[in-house]
Amino acid sequence: MILSIKDIRHNITHFVITTIGIGMLLMVVLGMGGIYRGIVEDATLLIDSVGADLWIVQKNTRGPFAEISRVPSNLVHRALAVPGVKFAREFVFHTIQREQNGKPLRISIMGLSWPTDKGEWIPLTSGRPLKQSHFEMIADKTLKLSIGERVKLGKETYTVVGITESMINSTGDGIGFFTIADAQSIQFDTPSEAVRLERAAREARGEKSEIGIKQPSLLENAIKPAAELPQIARPQISAVMITMMPGRNADKIAKIISGWDDVSVYTKLGQRELMLKGNVEKVRKQIGLFRVLLTIIAAVIMALIIYTMTLDKIHSIAILKLIGAPNTVILGLILQQSLILGAMGFMIAYAVGQKIFPNFPRRVILKDTDLYQLAMIVLAISICASLMGIWKALKVSPNEALS
Amino acid sequence: MSNDSKTDYAIETTNITKIYGSDNTEVVAMRDACMQVKKGEVVALLGPSGSGKSTFLTAVGLINPPTSGQVIIGGKLALDGPVAKTNLRSFRRKHIGFVFQKSNLIPFLSAVENIQVAMELSGESSREARRRSLELMDYLGVADRADNLPMALSGGQQQRIAVARALANHPSVILADEPTAALDGVSGRQVMELFSKVAHEQDAGVIVVTHDHRALDVFDTIYEMEDGLMHRKSDHELSTN
Ligand SMILES: Nc1ncnc2c1ncn2[C@@H]1O[C@H](COP(=O)(O)OP(=O)(O)O)[C@@H](O)[C@H]1O
Ligand SMILES: [Mg+2]
Repeated sequence: MILSIKDIRHNITHFVITTIGIGMLLMVVLGMGGIYRGIVEDATLLIDSVGADLWIVQKNTRGPFAEISRVPSNLVHRALAVPGVKFAREFVFHTIQREQNGKPLRISIMGLSWPTDKGEWIPLTSGRPLKQSHFEMIADKTLKLSIGERVKLGKETYTVVGITESMINSTGDGIGFFTIADAQSIQFDTPSEAVRLERAAREARGEKSEIGIKQPSLLENAIKPAAELPQIARPQISAVMITMMPGRNADKIAKIISGWDDVSVYTKLGQRELMLKGNVEKVRKQIGLFRVLLTIIAAVIMALIIYTMTLDKIHSIAILKLIGAPNTVILGLILQQSLILGAMGFMIAYAVGQKIFPNFPRRVILKDTDLYQLAMIVLAISICASLMGIWKALKVSPNEALS
Repeated sequence: MSNDSKTDYAIETTNITKIYGSDNTEVVAMRDACMQVKKGEVVALLGPSGSGKSTFLTAVGLINPPTSGQVIIGGKLALDGPVAKTNLRSFRRKHIGFVFQKSNLIPFLSAVENIQVAMELSGESSREARRRSLELMDYLGVADRADNLPMALSGGQQQRIAVARALANHPSVILADEPTAALDGVSGRQVMELFSKVAHEQDAGVIVVTHDHRALDVFDTIYEMEDGLMHRKSDHELSTN
């Protein structure tokens, strides 16, 4: 006869409600770990999936993810000239917030180096990679856009041709892939009036300058579109990504590039470190501390529950002692209930978590190791929680059965 | 009687005294109580409320050790003053059956399980324990309530289950503290007769604290307590009562 189960059956409603409560609490503990995992994964997802071996960024910045980086687009050609470099691609990346159908739409825009990169490397759940140099985009599922849907960004309208899954930036915004040119025209979109004013301003500046007075024909050029003027710099890109030839040492190539005075260079690992040490570190600590707090709270609550369950049984425990039950029986009764409570709570936490976490706005990743870890934590909590009850039970005198 | 060897006694107490509290709150609940109960003997313990009957019974039952004096069960010294000379709990489990005024059943176990648990604690298999428990219940006329929780039983039915539990491990000592208080006259007498029967059949020593003077003829010996002092009643005293 298993006394712990008999007692639970006798108080089944009470026990079920308690277990659900504990389960929910443990679910939050589990979720906290999952959120942390999610943040780490999200932070490094793009770095991993883009698959560049080296990143060249603006001198002394930790870009392009941790902070803004600006490099000229011709840096691509310089990078290509370094021995051991197989590809060099432009990297354009920025986040915008617009409206679509009256709802806010946050897109993390990433440029693809058309025509070398049409996005074939991007894992699509449906649709296709880009097929033309303009006005097509690949959207992540989280953007809630569907294939064929048209999105107006700046002066142009872009058609969704492919859908990805889990392509998000470190703050959880879905990524939209465009050609570099499109990405830049979205980024540097200027209203016609602003363009007209800028051209007029250029002319005015020219009229005042000595060279403008000496060479009036220059002024005619100054009012032309910026793109037609060789003197005016092309829009800058965020970084240059390098793919090495197979078998090359990334550190060696990085050493060469780090000799250039206008840029800094990071390996893929370095970029990951920057993300994890910089952006994610505080969040990680925050969540970690919350998790510790919640674990302690769960332990305290479980201890109180087990303790009150024991108090409810004091008379029965005294009777058991009176009829000669050894301490192991009484200890077992309480410890078993604590373990059953913990185990059921854990199962509820897992089952409910699996159902509701996918609906959270940011990813909650449950790894097997985290589940084992939580199982161990729950085991430890259950044992600790039962200690107070056991202590109380062992102090009960068989005399109390008579009162 | 002085010629009897020690092992003929199921229960022996020598000058057990119990003092509750200390200094100015001191209460001497029992003083120099001596009793010898032979195997197969059924003893009634009478006395007014507060006279120390329960104190004596719980001392003999090894749940409330005396301040001084010895408790010897089945020839074995169990308590020397407050000092345990054996593992009291396992000693209780093996040798002593209790019935108290309130039935003291475990509320989350069914009637049959309440008996069964005592047997299982003594190492009986679950099946055999259940079989024997049902047998005992049948014997006590409550077999039909086997799967009811104590809550659903009448006071008398609960008390019979408690009696069955006390008999579960064939104890050599049965201690009952006002066991028939919750029973009507007829079933009260029935229980007393059962104790007597078990005592004679199993060679057990039985002490029953009772107020019920109607059933005194069931007992072999009668003791009385008053203000913590115990004395054995002679047959003459009884007949004048
Ligand atoms: N735990 C205790 N603490 C102090 N005094 C007690 C305690 N138990 C009993 N007493 C006292 O001891 C005396 C005998 O009590 P008890 O043995 O219960 O008598 P009875 O069972 O004959 O009614 C009473 O005066 C009672 O107040
Ligand atoms: Mg009493």
